[in-house]
Formats: sequence, structure tokens, C-alpha cells
Amino acid sequence: MAEVMRMQNITKIYPNGFVANKDITFAVGEHEIHALVGENGAGKTTLMKILFGMEAPQEGKIFINGKEEKIANPLDAIAKGVGMVHQHFMLVPSLTVAENVTLGAEPMKNGLFDFDGAVKATQEIADKYNFNVEALQKVRDLSVGQMQKVEILKALYKGARLLILDEPTAVLTPQETEELFEQLFKLRDSGVSIIFISHKLEEVMRICSKVTVLRHGRCMGSLDIEGLNEAAISKLMVGRDVVLKIDKEDPKPGKPVVEIKDLVKINSIGKNVLDGVDFTIHEGEVVGIAGVEGNGQTELSEVLAGLTGFTSGDVKLNGTSIKGKSVREIRDQGMAYIAEDRMVEGVAGDMSIKMNIVADRFTKPDFKKGLFMDAKKINDIADQYIKDFEILCDGREQPVRMLSGGNIQKVVVAREFTSGANFILACQPTRGIDVGTAEMIRKTIVRKSREEGTATLLISADLNEVLECSDRLLVMRKGKVVAAFPKANQVSEETLGEYMLGVKEMTQSEMEGLL
Amino acid sequence: MTIDWIAFIAEGIRMATPLVFAALAALICNRAGMFNMGVEGMILCSALGAVIFAHYGGSVWIGLLGGIIIGLATGMFIAFASLTGKADLYLTCIAFNLMATGGTVFVMYLLTGEKSTTSGAFRSYQIPVVDIPIIKDIPVLGRIISGQSLITYIAAAAVFFMWFFLKRTRIGLRIRAVGENPKAAESVGISVNKIGYISFAICGVLAGLSGAFMSMSWVTFFMKNMVNGRGYIGLSAQNMAKGEPVGSALASLLFGFTDALATTLQNQTNFPVEFLEMLPYLATIFAIIITSIIAINKRRRIEQGAAK
Ligand SMILES: Nc1ncnc2c1ncn2[C@@H]1O[C@H](COP(=O)(O)OP(=O)(O)O)[C@@H](O)[C@H]1O
Ligand SMILES: [Mg+2]
Repeated sequence: MAEVMRMQNITKIYPNGFVANKDITFAVGEHEIHALVGENGAGKTTLMKILFGMEAPQEGKIFINGKEEKIANPLDAIAKGVGMVHQHFMLVPSLTVAENVTLGAEPMKNGLFDFDGAVKATQEIADKYNFNVEALQKVRDLSVGQMQKVEILKALYKGARLLILDEPTAVLTPQETEELFEQLFKLRDSGVSIIFISHKLEEVMRICSKVTVLRHGRCMGSLDIEGLNEAAISKLMVGRDVVLKIDKEDPKPGKPVVEIKDLVKINSIGKNVLDGVDFTIHEGEVVGIAGVEGNGQTELSEVLAGLTGFTSGDVKLNGTSIKGKSVREIRDQGMAYIAEDRMVEGVAGDMSIKMNIVADRFTKPDFKKGLFMDAKKINDIADQYIKDFEILCDGREQPVRMLSGGNIQKVVVAREFTSGANFILACQPTRGIDVGTAEMIRKTIVRKSREEGTATLLISADLNEVLECSDRLLVMRKGKVVAAFPKANQVSEETLGEYMLGVKEMTQSEMEGLL
Repeated sequence: MTIDWIAFIAEGIRMATPLVFAALAALICNRAGMFNMGVEGMILCSALGAVIFAHYGGSVWIGLLGGIIIGLATGMFIAFASLTGKADLYLTCIAFNLMATGGTVFVMYLLTGEKSTTSGAFRSYQIPVVDIPIIKDIPVLGRIISGQSLITYIAAAAVFFMWFFLKRTRIGLRIRAVGENPKAAESVGISVNKIGYISFAICGVLAGLSGAFMSMSWVTFFMKNMVNGRGYIGLSAQNMAKGEPVGSALASLLFGFTDALATTLQNQTNFPVEFLEMLPYLATIFAIIITSIIAINKRRRIEQGAAK
């Protein structure tokens, strides 16, 4: 089978020094639906952006139909027959389907935009592949599934022979997914090669003939789907490169601190992002949550932190429900929160280290002197924490934005670990920071639970972290808890991978007593 | 007290002319995703530009051209600051408008030695009034439709052209796409900056026509701060019509009538002048409040419907 595209020894290092792709070789054949799988952050989107000319690699070559090509921007890629449907749609809602499809390469007649020609061309392609969209409809009136079809039409109208679909089924209902698959088969049969990115192994098994697995920016191999099973793929996808060990004594769980009861959250498009989550966190224990990102972990943390409300169920913190409470009120009830995105929710980047450290407490009587803030006390505390947490900076007045990622995170944890809360909600606490700081944060989480009896919920995509720091471990998938283990450090990566990717699921009775 | 209603309607159309241009000028930028408050200052500069060109060129047509050139130049200035220089558009526009207020007086003083008006020093030029054959003899209609300034007819044509331009030309389509989702436009190879410059150029020409009307038709000289908020009124007119050319023109017409009402009552009755001068602006505020209430109610209905 002839190769239509080959990426050879691709290495991509982002300007911040992060190696997103390391020496990846990836080829797609004619009449092929080729799956590209890997956990979140494995480098799939980066690799595809390189192929589509949106990112430039440091090393490596790209061949299209056997010929080496330089792809400097998306227009180049389109000219070479590569089309990409992004994870986030790029559409203009008030324009019609036909106008969206032809935008940038509009048909012209007598010097004017040939609207009728655009409608005709669009409808022809749509009908050819059974896409259920009307060229004359406005995009804002379409369902998400139809919008995706418009994105595919855009690529096909511009002559794509290789179609990249970045997590196309993430936004679709099961029926829409079915429909999409039929159309992808049709496209494949008419000679379009497809790169299909997904976490959902059952989909990959169903529609793809080959699979390439990425893990931590490296290629773990390209295999024929035939003769492969989901467990084998999940083993390649999920794993630790270096096993990290944290020494800790067994926990001595005390009274319940956080009680989550049948928590349901329906989002703005009507999807159950949390679908009956039910578990308890006790004094003195670290509960870990593992899972492929986008399975409700972010929503769970937002609900617990009070950033968003929930549809039904209840959450009790230290015996009192948090329903309808503001973030401040929940914090006063005993919560500390290390947010997933430190620049958005963790710190105010333009403000000083000192102000960020006291952001949660400057209104308290302790930090006031009459009507004003107690400057001396605030300065002393800031200096103290800069020392204790070894924050590398020019002084307490330096804007947080100027620090490195690791030091910004130290400012966040300096505040959250010292707030006096007995519940710490830690979301991706060590994402993208240096090893030293990561180790300090992990050790502090464990130490606080042992010495101060803090209850901790650790949500992390880093397997090392959840497996080593947690006492109990839960796995989330599709807004539900699908597995629970009493001792996190005795769970193997393979087992964890199978639950994360839906190869297996525990029944309610198997998880009895572990929630 | 009797009011000449026919004269009043004709006056309303006349007063609407600079507002229609202002609205279209703001509209084209708005459709490209830029809220251009600078139209106010652009019109003021063009109004002065028109009388200067007319005076030194010795012709009303050179004056008209001058107004357009100054409109274009000021538009490019704002575009350069915000698109190439990446300055904040709002701040740029506010600074530009302040500069225009002072700058026009300064230039006027340099050229004429006067600080409030050019009427003594510069010859006045008026853009011709057009009598339309046949129509001018129709009783009521003739007095309203015929006998307006040439620029008023250009304004009517401009509304149609704007509609056609946005709907039927490739640039128009691209302007709409960029205004709504610049990332999407960029991803298919459309240069967002280029579209921005084109929009500002069109905006400049329209602001130029508006300014030329002010100083060569509404009156025949330039005076200090003569635009007096008409650029802002145009801005809100197109905002009320959600960037639709015909709707924007109708809204401008409405404001034109309140303006005319103020003048008519002022001339023909003894209403307090200060109150009358407030009318157009009061009408603007009410119009904005009413349209936004309508929009909010509509959204609320949709949300309630979706919740069911
Ligand atoms: N512009 C960027 N600068 C720095 N790091 C980035 C950038 N874009 C992505 N990354 C990082 O590169 C890694 C791979 O990202 P991505 O290719 O999007 O993964 P995937 O699509 O497999 O989930 C992630 O850890 C991400 O944080
Ligand atoms: Mg991705």
C-alpha cells in the first residue's frame, strides 16, 4: 500500500523548553483510517499542527506522496492536500454553511462573490458523502455534529486528500458518532486518507486499520489493528517512564471531612459532565483521582471549589453543605484550592508575590490595623513564606508573572498550604514545573495529611503522582467513578490504564466500602 | 402657533444626512470587529479639511475631495495605531477625538487667525442643491424629496451600496467573517489586518462625506466643535440596527427628525432653547435603552425555552 504521508524523526520543543514531540516517525497509507492515540498531553495535537503548518519542528522531515515538502503555514498544507478539523471549531456562526465552506477560496462571478456557485459546490460535496447539512443554513442554527460536518466540508472543498480529525467524537452524541463513522468509511473508500485522534479505544478498534501510540511525546509504535486488543493498546498508552517513590506511613483516616453525595452536573449543552459522583474524604488521607482528562475531573474540582454550581446531589464540607456558597464562604468552611491553571485561577500575575500570598486572608482581622491593611505583618508573612518555600525571586514586591512556572506554583502552595484549611483540593499541582518543586509539593501534601490530619483530594494526570501520593485511588470516566482501589501504590499501570480507557469497569458492589 | 410640517420633514432628512454617513462609517468598522469611536473626530477633521481645500482650491468640488482625503487620512492614522501599532482601539479613539477637537481649532487659527469659525476669513462654498425634474412639481412629495443637497442623495445611494457591498462582494464577506471570528478567517488564509485597513479606508471616505456636508451644506463654514456628537449618534444608530445598513439609516433618520424638531420648535415657538438642544441626545439614550430591553427580553425567552 502506497504511503500518502510520512513524518520522519520529528522533534518539537516549545519555546518554554517543553519537548512535546521527540523523534517521532509516523506514516499514513492510502485508503487508511489511521488512529493516533495517547493520553492528554502526549503530543498528538502538536504533531498534527506540525503537519498542518501551524507549528515548526526543530528537526525532522515531512513527505507527501513520497516527495519531501516544506509546510510553512496552513495555506501550504491545504495546497498540498492536507486538511485539518480542529478540536475547537473555526466557524463564523452568522454566515451560511456555503459561505463558511468557501471562505478564503470563494468562487467569483463578474467580480462579485458567486453565492449561488458556492451553494451549489457545497451541496454537491455534502450530498456526495451523505452529510446531512443544507448549504443555505446559517451555521449558528446547526447542531455540534453538523458544525463538525461543515469543518470537514471546508477541508474537502479545498481539495484535501489527507484529513486530520482531532478528537472528533469528543463533542458528539453516540448517534452522531455512528453517522460520522459511516461518512468516514465513505471518504476512505473514495480515496481520502484519514488521521483519527481519539482516547476511545472501542472507536479506534472499530474504524481504524492502523494505530500509532504516543506517550510523553515519544512514539511507542505503529501497529496493525488486526490481531490487537484494547488492553494491548492501553498498555502502550498509559505508563510511567521513570517510577517515582515516596515513602509514607499508612494513613490513619479520621472523621469524614468532605462528603460527596450523588453529585450531578449538567453543562450548558445538556451533557451530564458529572453523573452521580459519590465518595467521602476523611481526615488524614489523600484521595487520588486518575482518569483521562475531560472525564469530569475539572468539573468536579470547580464544583468543590465553588466556582460553578451543580444540578443535583450534595457536597458537605466539615458537616455543612456548600450548595449556593461563594468561594470565600467555602474557604471559610475549611477549603484550600490549588487550581488547575495557575495563571488563570492561582495567581494575579501582575500583582506582587506578597499580595498573592495574602490574597485569601488580607481581609481577616489579623491582617488589619484599623481601616487599613497591616503592612508590616503582611511583609513579614511574605518574607517568611518566600524563605520557607524557597521562592526564587528578587523580593516580595516582584510581580508574580516574572517568576518561572515552578516558582509561581510555590507562591500558590505557600498560600494554600498555610491557610489553615483542613481540606486541600489539589488539581494538577505539579503540571509543567521543575522536578525539585514537584517533589517538594508532593511531599508537603503527604506530610500535611500525616502530621496535621489534612484531608486531600489530588486530581492529576500524572500517573506517578496519583499512584505514589495517594492513599485511596479512584478512577473517573464519563463523569462517574468507575474504579476504586484501597492502596494506590499497589495498583499497576496496566490495570489503571484499562479502567481509565474503559476496557474494564467496576461494579458498585466491588467498590463498596472504598468510596 | 403653526408648524410647517412639510418643511419639518424635509429638514429632518437634511439633518439625517451626516448621521447616515456617520452610522455607515461606524458600521463598516463594527462589521470588521472594531468599535470605532473615532468617527466623531474623523468627521470634525474632514469638515475643516473640506473648507480649507475649497478655499485654497477655489472650488466646492475640491472641497468635497479634500473632506474625503482628510477622512481617509485620519482613518488610516487610527488603523495604523491600532492594527500595526497594536494600541488599544478605545484609548486611541478617545485620544484622537480630543486631539481633533483641539487640533482643528489650532489649524483654523493658524490659517485664519480666528478661533471659533472660518466664516469671516474663508469664502463659503455650498454643495449644490438638486431639483429633480417632474418630482419637484408633485405637491407635498416634491418639497420633501426634491431640492435636497447633492450629498443627501449620495447618502441614500451609500446605504444601498453598503448593503450590496457587504452582501455580495468578496471583501464584504471577508469583513463579516473577520468581524465575527477572526481566528476562523485567519485559518483560511485571510489577513485580519488587511481587512481592518480596508474597513478603515471605507470608514474614512464616509466620514469625509459626513464632514463635507457639515461645513459645506448644513452651514457653509467651519466652526469649533461643529460635529457636536453626531459621530457618536451615528455609532449608536448602527449599534441599534445591529450593523444592518438599512436599519442604521432608518435609526439615523429618526435622530435626524429629533434634530429637526429641535430646530423647528426653536424657530417657530418659544420653547426653551436649551431643552430643545438636548432632544437628539435624549432620544439616543431612550433608543439605546429600549433596544437593549428588547434584546434582553428576547434572550430571556430563548433561555427559558431552552431550559424546558
Ligand atoms: N504553545 C505551547 N507552548 C508550550 N507548551 C505547549 C504548547 N502547546 C502545547 N504544549 C504542551 O505540549 C504537550 C503536548 O500537547 P498536545 O500536543 O496538545 O497534546 P495532546 O493533543 O496529545 O493532548 C502538553 O504538555 C502541552 O502542555
Ligand atoms: Mg489534543
